[in-house]
Amino acid sequence: MSARWLLLVLALLLPGAWANLAGYDFTDAAEERRFKALIAELRCLVCQNQSLGDSDAGLAEDLRREVFDLMREGRDDREVIDYLVARYGDFVLYRPPLKPATYLLWFGPIALFALAVWFAVRTVRNQRASAARAPLSEAEQQRIARLLSEESPPPGGPASGEAPR
Amino acid sequence: MKARFLVPLGVFAAMVALLGVGLTMNPREVPSPLVGKPMPAFDLALLNDPEARLTDRHLRGRVSVLNVWGTWCVGCREEHDVLLRLASAGVAPIYGLNWKDDRVLALRWLSELGDPYVATGFDHDGKAAIDWGVYGAPETFVLDARGTVRYKHIGVLTDALVERELLPLLRALKAESS
Amino acid sequence: MIPELGHFALILALCMAVVQGTLPLAGTFIGNANWVAMGRAAARGQFAFIAISFVALTQSFLADDFSVLYVVNNSNTLLPVMYKVSAVWSAHEGSLLLWVLMMGGWGFAVATLSRNLPDVLLARVLSVMGLVGVGFLLFILLTSNPFERLTFAAVEGRDLNPLLQDPGLAIHPPLLYMGYVGLSVAFSFAIAALIGGRLDSTWARWSRPWTTVAWVFLTLGIMLGSWWAYNELGWGGWWFWDPVENASFMPWLVATALMHSLATTEKRGAFKSWTVLLAILGFSLSLLGTFLVRSGVLTSVHAFASDPERGLFILMFLVVVIGGSLGLYAWRGPGVSRGGQFNWVSRETMLLGNNVLLVLVCALILIGTLAPIVYQAAGLKISVGFPYFNTMFIGFMPLLLVLMGIGPVTRWKDDSPREVLARVRWAAAASLLLAVAAWVPWHPAASWEVALGVGLAGWIVLATLAALWRRLRGPRPFLAMLRAQSRSYYGMVVAHLGVAVCLVGITFVSLFGLEKDVALARGEALELGGYEFTFQGVQQVPGPNYRAERGHVLVTRDGATVADLWPEKRQYFARGEPMTEAAIDVGLTRDLYVSLGEALGEGAWSLRVYVKPFVRWIWLGGLLMGLGGLLAATDKRYRLRLKQKLRIGAGAEASA
Repeated sequence: MSARWLLLVLALLLPGAWANLAGYDFTDAAEERRFKALIAELRCLVCQNQSLGDSDAGLAEDLRREVFDLMREGRDDREVIDYLVARYGDFVLYRPPLKPATYLLWFGPIALFALAVWFAVRTVRNQRASAARAPLSEAEQQRIARLLSEESPPPGGPASGEAPR
Repeated sequence: MKARFLVPLGVFAAMVALLGVGLTMNPREVPSPLVGKPMPAFDLALLNDPEARLTDRHLRGRVSVLNVWGTWCVGCREEHDVLLRLASAGVAPIYGLNWKDDRVLALRWLSELGDPYVATGFDHDGKAAIDWGVYGAPETFVLDARGTVRYKHIGVLTDALVERELLPLLRALKAESS
Repeated sequence: MIPELGHFALILALCMAVVQGTLPLAGTFIGNANWVAMGRAAARGQFAFIAISFVALTQSFLADDFSVLYVVNNSNTLLPVMYKVSAVWSAHEGSLLLWVLMMGGWGFAVATLSRNLPDVLLARVLSVMGLVGVGFLLFILLTSNPFERLTFAAVEGRDLNPLLQDPGLAIHPPLLYMGYVGLSVAFSFAIAALIGGRLDSTWARWSRPWTTVAWVFLTLGIMLGSWWAYNELGWGGWWFWDPVENASFMPWLVATALMHSLATTEKRGAFKSWTVLLAILGFSLSLLGTFLVRSGVLTSVHAFASDPERGLFILMFLVVVIGGSLGLYAWRGPGVSRGGQFNWVSRETMLLGNNVLLVLVCALILIGTLAPIVYQAAGLKISVGFPYFNTMFIGFMPLLLVLMGIGPVTRWKDDSPREVLARVRWAAAASLLLAVAAWVPWHPAASWEVALGVGLAGWIVLATLAALWRRLRGPRPFLAMLRAQSRSYYGMVVAHLGVAVCLVGITFVSLFGLEKDVALARGEALELGGYEFTFQGVQQVPGPNYRAERGHVLVTRDGATVADLWPEKRQYFARGEPMTEAAIDVGLTRDLYVSLGEALGEGAWSLRVYVKPFVRWIWLGGLLMGLGGLLAATDKRYRLRLKQKLRIGAGAEASA
């Protein structure tokens, strides 16, 4: 056992293996699903960004056992999460908890969306307003008449720009 | 009209400030939610005597230090001498939590390298460590006389750190409790 | 000798980059035609020297030159040749060399393929690219030199990380970097246009193919990364919203917006300053990605060795490049003239919606990725992981996917809402029916998510094909109409269909995927998803630089053999870490995936078995998107025939 832990501590934890759940005795598919959902959203604290469900680190195995035991004790998901957060803090959750400190994080996007919509609406309205506000001047109208009556097209190759498709 | 063209630059400036701050922080360090709370209850067999127990009650009543270690942990080997010096300073007793280790190897380690601990609990399955929010050895906790966790250090202890932070804290806590 | 050559070549490349970055630009201001013309030569010279340097490093790997520190850290005498080459870009220093190689390559391409660009514009474009190159080359030479030598050569190398010993390493970073660096071309065009004050539809037309090709590379690079993770990591996942993955996805979103915005600027002259801003943002996000991966501010499985000192250098570089370009935008942006006007219901509005949504999603991903830093600075340590990103993505993307069906059938400038709806009503009705059908509980996993995914995918396909059909129903015979459509149009059709295909794959694999961990003795079987997986035992098998235990799993369905799978558990000699190599039976409608766990004694092993329906569609969709982009980029508007190009080139040089 010790050599394995030694390796795990020395090496950067590579996701070259995965969490082995074969040793778990699930009573039914629902329990298995619930367990997998829980460990997928919990962070392996010694890994470089892997969930408890993906990591084969020793601590991850210990924490999976802990989650399983808590489930068997009859605790619901909220209690299991609270148990781990009491020990490791919010960092262990991949889903940021919803509390006053994170309201900005969770509800901010809606505000940003409103801002985006406002920006788009304003863009369309502004450019329509400026179109209405700028009729052609006398000089510009004469210039148009002159250009339209010219026989040959203006000189220049591709660089001068053709009519777009 | 013109001000809105400055918005991207403004947002970028804020982001640079944030990233600059980010460079000074360690993204892998997990601060402990236990600081300021009563220490977790535990009940472990002693490393050198499976019949005797080490519990949280032993750590109450005076300022103490709890150090999490294992023979498999390279950092623990590094800080071992620092711990011996801290123990000999006699400011506060150091208790050990032997985490997920082999009893024989651990006892040999202590006999060969010296034992800075007043007593060491043997946490073979790691459950007590989870209660303490341990995620990577070595970790060191400071507890006050009432049994409240006052400080946690994650990583190797150095003489400089002990001098600068640990000893002053221990002395202050002792003064507080008397 | 060779490493020294490589190092020296890099220094020369830096000199070339300095010349390229300063003289042509200065020349455009003071009117010195010689300086202006120097841009091409400097770009070619820079590329040549970087190429020499890259070859030198590769040769060091191939020759097992263990006097070079980088080779020692990432190679081994037993490493197969293919991986020795890929190892060149497997870690920080070498990957930066790959980056500047790409920069040099794109600079070379711009210098060579832009014969019909006005000299002044080309000079400015090349100068901006040169300046960016200066930054990267300085970074390499000052902080991350791959040619650093050991005083005493090592006897053996530490081997390439086993996770990287996969064909994916050979193609994923090069493709991805081609995309990242390719965005610098659009960026340079934007800066050059801001400097020159001339932003019109021709500028947009020049920028477009470069942007599209960069986008294609980025798309393929990201898809490949996802495919590789799926193959290699053993847990069957294909996207984790890891910070480094996000760092590649954000520029992709902005590049997509940029492509669509450029189309509007080219065709209608609208959104000019917005297009310029997107071009700046696209490459800025590429640079930000570089920072995030190498500075250590975020935890990631992909991060190169984190080093805050290097991070500081990159941050300063970001301040100069991004700050400078955004400053230029703030200064010159207001002066950009307005383009064609458009009404509320028009393709311009649809594309505006497209852009706004893409940038919004990008901003949300950025916020989620950087939020942990903000919170940690404020004293609260949290994680922002896939639940957050999934919620945000699924929350806002559907709007964009709906627009994808309406936009192409909406006319430019002004259209009637009733007519637009009339054009899409059948597609809308059919896809709504599809969604309802997917919601009805015919399957335990039927849910609103399936309905949403299937409905939207159906909508995109039906609306796109309906639009295509309407176009082909013209006065001329069908085949003639088929040929009459531009490649650029077909590119759009194919790319949009690719999105739908990808969406189908994502929906099905996420919601109908099956997974089971099981302990099996020899001869025992597991039933999953209608397939039977029979474990046949494990054998010892030697490999070039590892020792493997290879299992045999026989997969049958209704008694007939479907596949033989050979998952492995490898022990690499040099690094001593075990690694699992999953065995996958690839299929169009499903993947069967088996991974070895641990030996449990007496010949029994723990295994993980997956049935992954339609997972290949994710990457096939990505391939289709890339193909669509390629079709669009090779539209005849952008292709002068080769002879014509050479003639123009010869003429330009004769008159120079």
